[in-house]
Amino acid sequence: MNATVTAPPVPTPPTANVSDRLRRRASRHIKERVIEALLFGAALVSVFTTAAIVYILVKESWIFFEAVPLSRFLFDTQWTPLFDDAHYGIMVLLSGTITSSAVALLVAIPLGTIIAIYLSEFAPFKVREIAKPFLELLGDVPTIVYGYFALVFLTPLLQKIYPDLPGFNLLSAGLVMGVMIIPYVASLSEDAMRAVPMALREGSYAMGATRLQTALRVVMPAAASGIGAAYILGISRAVGETMIVAVAAGMQPSLNFNPAEPGATITSYIVQVALGDLPHGSIGYQTIFAAGLTLMLMTLLFNLLGLWLRKRYREVY
Amino acid sequence: MMKTQDIQAIRALITKSRRWDIFFGVLGILALMLCVLTFMTLFVDMAIRGLGRIDAAFFTSFPSRHPEQAGILSAWVGSALVMLVTGLAAVPLGVAAGVYLEEYAPKHWLTDLIEINITNLAAVPSIVYGLLALGLFVYLFGFGQSILSAGLTLALLILPVVIVATREAIRSIPLMIREGSYACGATTWQTVSDHILPYSSAGILTGVIIGMARAIGETAPIITIGALTFIAFLPNAPFTGVPPAGLFDWLFAPFTVMPIQMFNWTSRPEAAFLINAAAAGLVLVLMTLAMNGTAIWLRYRLRKNITW
Amino acid sequence: MSNETTPNIEPAADLAIKAECRNFGFHYGDFQALQNINMPVYDKQVTALIGPSGCGKSTLLRSFNRMHDLYPGNRYQGEIIMHPDNTNLLAKEVDPIEVRMRISMVFQKPNPFPKSVFENVAYSLRVRGMTNKTELEDRVQHSLKAAALWDEVKHRLNDLGANLSGGQQQRLCIARALAADPEIILFDEPTSALDPIATASIEELITELKEKVTILIVTHNMQQAARISDFTAYMYIGELVEFGVTDQVFVKPQKKQTEDYITGRFG
Repeated sequence: MNATVTAPPVPTPPTANVSDRLRRRASRHIKERVIEALLFGAALVSVFTTAAIVYILVKESWIFFEAVPLSRFLFDTQWTPLFDDAHYGIMVLLSGTITSSAVALLVAIPLGTIIAIYLSEFAPFKVREIAKPFLELLGDVPTIVYGYFALVFLTPLLQKIYPDLPGFNLLSAGLVMGVMIIPYVASLSEDAMRAVPMALREGSYAMGATRLQTALRVVMPAAASGIGAAYILGISRAVGETMIVAVAAGMQPSLNFNPAEPGATITSYIVQVALGDLPHGSIGYQTIFAAGLTLMLMTLLFNLLGLWLRKRYREVY
Repeated sequence: MMKTQDIQAIRALITKSRRWDIFFGVLGILALMLCVLTFMTLFVDMAIRGLGRIDAAFFTSFPSRHPEQAGILSAWVGSALVMLVTGLAAVPLGVAAGVYLEEYAPKHWLTDLIEINITNLAAVPSIVYGLLALGLFVYLFGFGQSILSAGLTLALLILPVVIVATREAIRSIPLMIREGSYACGATTWQTVSDHILPYSSAGILTGVIIGMARAIGETAPIITIGALTFIAFLPNAPFTGVPPAGLFDWLFAPFTVMPIQMFNWTSRPEAAFLINAAAAGLVLVLMTLAMNGTAIWLRYRLRKNITW
Repeated sequence: MSNETTPNIEPAADLAIKAECRNFGFHYGDFQALQNINMPVYDKQVTALIGPSGCGKSTLLRSFNRMHDLYPGNRYQGEIIMHPDNTNLLAKEVDPIEVRMRISMVFQKPNPFPKSVFENVAYSLRVRGMTNKTELEDRVQHSLKAAALWDEVKHRLNDLGANLSGGQQQRLCIARALAADPEIILFDEPTSALDPIATASIEELITELKEKVTILIVTHNMQQAARISDFTAYMYIGELVEFGVTDQVFVKPQKKQTEDYITGRFG
């Protein structure tokens, strides 16, 4: 620059006018806002879905609870809504749900955790690369196929060991359900453990700890909230699983916690009624909404528990 | 200075710990093997029982009282039509919602609510969606026990999957690509349609395939809306009726789907129907495996070909 | 301090002002990132913004094409006037899209779109609604030539932009910024991710470009500022400390602080 030094620039007076070349164009502006509104509408569909679930369940259950007092629903020990002498004790269905879920979780949680630890801390890279997608595939097999497998393959197999086992039972339904849930538990727990920073592990190894000690005493506690969330998802799956129990457990409601018996769960009861020809609006028909509401409240409870766990034990690295 | 016995004691301890390590490694492999074995058994058992039933006639016959004549024609056609509705509803809605949440949403309570809500919806049991559809689509909207009701139900069910996949795919696009587009004078929508969507399409596709694979195997919600289990006719082919109303006749047709057909055969007492169930199950598993396999392969390719 | 930064602003009378900041300030949420900035940008000159990291030079640069509008919680104060429109770019009635069409930008790291070389450059034209194929081809070729890239890519216009070398990618981004005939180009440390040879070619290019367009460049390389700029603004903690003809700022800075920075005593 060979400019000679003169005076500072004369400031042009501040101006309120906006040149047309820079002015906001209404057509473009409106088009953008319309698109945004449409996308927002799409995002709201999920909220409407939840609202609709709650509305439908509560509205239809209301009809049920107008006819059947809540105390009878909660404390009756029989579930015979389709009989003349109708009883509506949800505990009966709950016992089936709890029993089959317990069997499933006794399989899924230990095995899922072991697989997660193995994949995260022990397995060579190659094994993990193959095992993870395989587990995903396992979790995506249609549940009706698992139900068929429990009924046609596993129950006869178990009957060879334990001849008194009835053809329909909660045990083989629960066991197969457990295998179905393993991938969810394993995959989510593994993600949580892999998220634990390497530095924590190195600290442990540096003190002479073995892999197993590091995994159990350092990595697992550090990933506790993630693993807890994985367990809770596993529980939700078990409680909500329908087809395996509907096919393999027999749909006969009975209030007991013996897995070697046939039983009905909340979900399999809904299937049973849906398959029949009860008229819409009858009390028997409304029971499925009351049962569904119970199921929904249970999942909600687990979700809140999970949320609380995540907040309470959130890892800060 | 350490005494010899101390060193020996430490060595013993190390050997012992090593042994535990090896023990656990073996335990992990065994647990994995149990899963592999279960799947193999399930698959091979079904193949042995059902493979003999699978021939051209099995795909071109209606269900029948005579097990050896029964086929899955109405079931696979029903599944295909339901999937068509599901895809047409879930993909635009899910992608639009994902785009909104990633590219537009201002941070306030409503978007927080939407996010929490999507997480929770993913944990709602599928049968609850069936009850929702029964109350909403079948009775309130009067769609009846139709392909439309079933397709929309499954669309709501897989919506969280599509939304989450869309968001993840969009999030992997670096900020500087967006800024580059805006700096060229692009509007938000131009940035989304010219850059964000094309660059995330493979990731979105992966999510859509996984969602559809789940939907095609879903039984409970479709039974709940009251799908029939015995259908010996086909709905009108889509868009072939007398226009304008006739074009959509197929949407309101009664139907059955693959998993329900399998359920129906599984719950028959005659052993011959169980063979049909095995054959239908084999077709169903192969279908979902093929879809999920495609998704996994796509994701693998995507991870390798990432360009930024 | 800023009101006394004017003495070094001593341009020739023949230089027109393309844009100017008037009492300009900027907030990220509650954090005041810039304040009290008064500075002209001369037409068809290179103005360099220098200063230690975090002094706000990039923030100031990105205010000119309103990139801050993309993120919530950002707030401008004062005015940035663009001439000859004599319009405050920050005014509510002004469309940031229109601003960005006239003030384009080149980023720190080359950020070609994952599209072909041709489409990368053509994008700036397409968002302006240009669809005529021959016109597009003409303009793309013209911009690639202006960005000194044409000879290297004329046979690979359909290759992915990402397949070019780092220096080529940055020149592709410059071609993209040039395509729609902008009046100002903003460069945000355009060579910080490049090797010395690529850096030299970009610097040469910038010197050629000022024939046609006004250039505002952020750099943390003082030699670079000295080599290519006509005017230099030295900033420190969100304020403009000194602005002037580059030769003077570097040879005879008015402020002790500027001198310290330039001579490497801090920063």
